[in-house]
Amino acid sequence: MLTATHPERSFSVEPTASDPSGQQLRLHGSLLFPDAATIWSELRTHVDLAARGGTLHLEMSDVQRVDGGVMALLAHLRAELQQRGVQSEFVGAAAALQEIIHLYRGDVVVGERKRRKARGTLDQLGNATLALLHEAQAVLAFLGEMVIAAIGVLRAPRSVNWKELTPTMERSGADAVPIVLLINFLVGMVMAFQAAVQLKQFGANIFVADLIGISMTRELGPLMTAIVICGRSGAAFAAELGSMKVNEEIDALRTMGFGPMRFLVMPRTLALLLVMPVLTLLADFVGVLGGLVVGLSSLDLTSSIYFTELQKAVSLWDVYSGLLKSMVFALAIGLIACQQGLATAGGAEGVGRRTTSSVVITLFTLILIDATFTVLLRALDL
Amino acid sequence: MNPPLDPPLIQVTDLSIGWDDVILQQHANFQVARGDVFVILGSSGCGKSTMLRALIGLERPLAGEVSIEGAVSTRIETGAPPFGVMFQSGALLGSMTVGENIALPLQEWTQLPPPAIFAIVQARLRLVGMQGSEDKLPSELSGGMRKRAAIARAMALEPSLVFLDEPSAGLDPVSAAMLDELILTLNTKLGLTLVVVTHDLDSIFKIAKHCIMLDRDSMSIIASGDPRALRDSSSDPRVHDFFNRSTAHAP
Ligand SMILES: Nc1ncnc2c1ncn2[C@@H]1O[C@H](COP(=O)(O)OP(=O)(O)OP(=O)(O)O)[C@@H](O)[C@H]1O
Ligand SMILES: [Mg+2]
Repeated sequence: MLTATHPERSFSVEPTASDPSGQQLRLHGSLLFPDAATIWSELRTHVDLAARGGTLHLEMSDVQRVDGGVMALLAHLRAELQQRGVQSEFVGAAAALQEIIHLYRGDVVVGERKRRKARGTLDQLGNATLALLHEAQAVLAFLGEMVIAAIGVLRAPRSVNWKELTPTMERSGADAVPIVLLINFLVGMVMAFQAAVQLKQFGANIFVADLIGISMTRELGPLMTAIVICGRSGAAFAAELGSMKVNEEIDALRTMGFGPMRFLVMPRTLALLLVMPVLTLLADFVGVLGGLVVGLSSLDLTSSIYFTELQKAVSLWDVYSGLLKSMVFALAIGLIACQQGLATAGGAEGVGRRTTSSVVITLFTLILIDATFTVLLRALDL
Repeated sequence: MNPPLDPPLIQVTDLSIGWDDVILQQHANFQVARGDVFVILGSSGCGKSTMLRALIGLERPLAGEVSIEGAVSTRIETGAPPFGVMFQSGALLGSMTVGENIALPLQEWTQLPPPAIFAIVQARLRLVGMQGSEDKLPSELSGGMRKRAAIARAMALEPSLVFLDEPSAGLDPVSAAMLDELILTLNTKLGLTLVVVTHDLDSIFKIAKHCIMLDRDSMSIIASGDPRALRDSSSDPRVHDFFNRSTAHAP
């Protein structure tokens, strides 16, 4: 068997009847790893046919050689047969072969496995719901811990790791400025373009300023910024704390008397809390500029008309409520990211999983908070 | 040793450790005397690290309690740390240099000015044979160096009790022997109590005054006492195999 064009095989499998009640598979030749795939598929067909209560022994007396890989497959198939209630043993193996069989546990008795009933859709749905509730509960518990820690900090401000505040603000705030500006400018522009077509029909060109002004400050400025920060900083926090957790760095910190809440979570969340309103203000501004570009280019407005209308339409409260909302967003992003990061278990893969879930949970929460804000402010007529 | 006069430093009563679905040890009772070098032994995966974490207070026990100096450890992260810990993986903070790692507890828990802290950092590094590495990041160190730096950090605050999880695993024989010397020196000259997890037989016979051996299958402590005596006279085949590096009784 030198090349693929030379299909002569060094092994064969042949089913024979061993005694009236049973069957056996007679194996011949050298069973070696390069042929493993063929051996597997050939044996598979015979194994699948074997019925519960029958026998299917593996007859090895004509086998010259078996290597470890193939032996592992044979032992696996035998164990599977036994689990299904088919009697199966290696028979007729020479002494040398017997040792390999023993090495791969081809001679241990495998008990019959009880079939577990597959779980129904309803079960799975219920479990998934429970898992979600569990996650929500964990985040809320974390919020509680954070509040307690914050109260402690008021009494002993020195206990927070303030050193990390400025670098974190720089990374989550200053470094995010370009992308926040770009995205919000484009969002303002796209919205104005969509509106322009409609507004022109009614000759209501000037109202583009109202539309953009209100929706950027109250809604889109805070939300788009939060989404960007969730993707940038939220993911970064979750991954960073997650890998610290799996490296036992968090445990090491705790044994040195640094609680992760004060040492890691507070500076990060506080940094977001401080930079988010600033970023949101910038976002509001460039969003409005995006609207202006459209107003100038396709709605025949001048910038003074646009800004006068903007001043009439947008109240200070519109901007404030947006900033307030952005701070709640910041809190949610920081808390969820840190909570998920600290809940990481199980190596690099766990870090990846928690980073993903931190972003997903945060996005969901952001939308939830946004909706709550809108409904609440409407209800209070603000 | 006279128990009533000299209460144990660590008292473990009826301790069970594990998680909801896995139980690693049940009803463990032992004590560590002041000035002891106490070694926790056992095959890989039997729960030595978990036992250590339970002693430290990082792992909530399923049942029973651990008290250190008469106080039941509940929340470790409040107040100055009562002991030093070296984790199996070193667990140096990756974002800080070796020097900053060692300086961290000193900055938080002492009133020392920066030059004094620097002096202590250098002295600790010299103790573990890593002088001059204070400006390196943990990622720039070899596995063995990381462990030694972690020992230096565990020693930073001059604790009277130190926990070491497999300090010599992954070190070359000479460094491992040096580490054993270090442990002995700390114990005899400075009166430190050490709780050490290790597999290394040479090191066990050299440093250990007392040991306990954990077993996964029976979920219990299968031997305790002086390792030399256990080697020579234990009738338990599992203990005999361990100390004599044999597999004669392995299943
Ligand atoms: N968070 C966890 N949840 C469930 N099981 C765990 C967890 N952490 C560890 N285990 C399991 O507990 C067992 C004991 O782990 P532990 O780290 O204490 O072993 P060990 O005795 O220190 O081993 P080694 O000598 O290899 O370091 C292992 O089988 C491990 O799979
Ligand atoms: Mg361990």
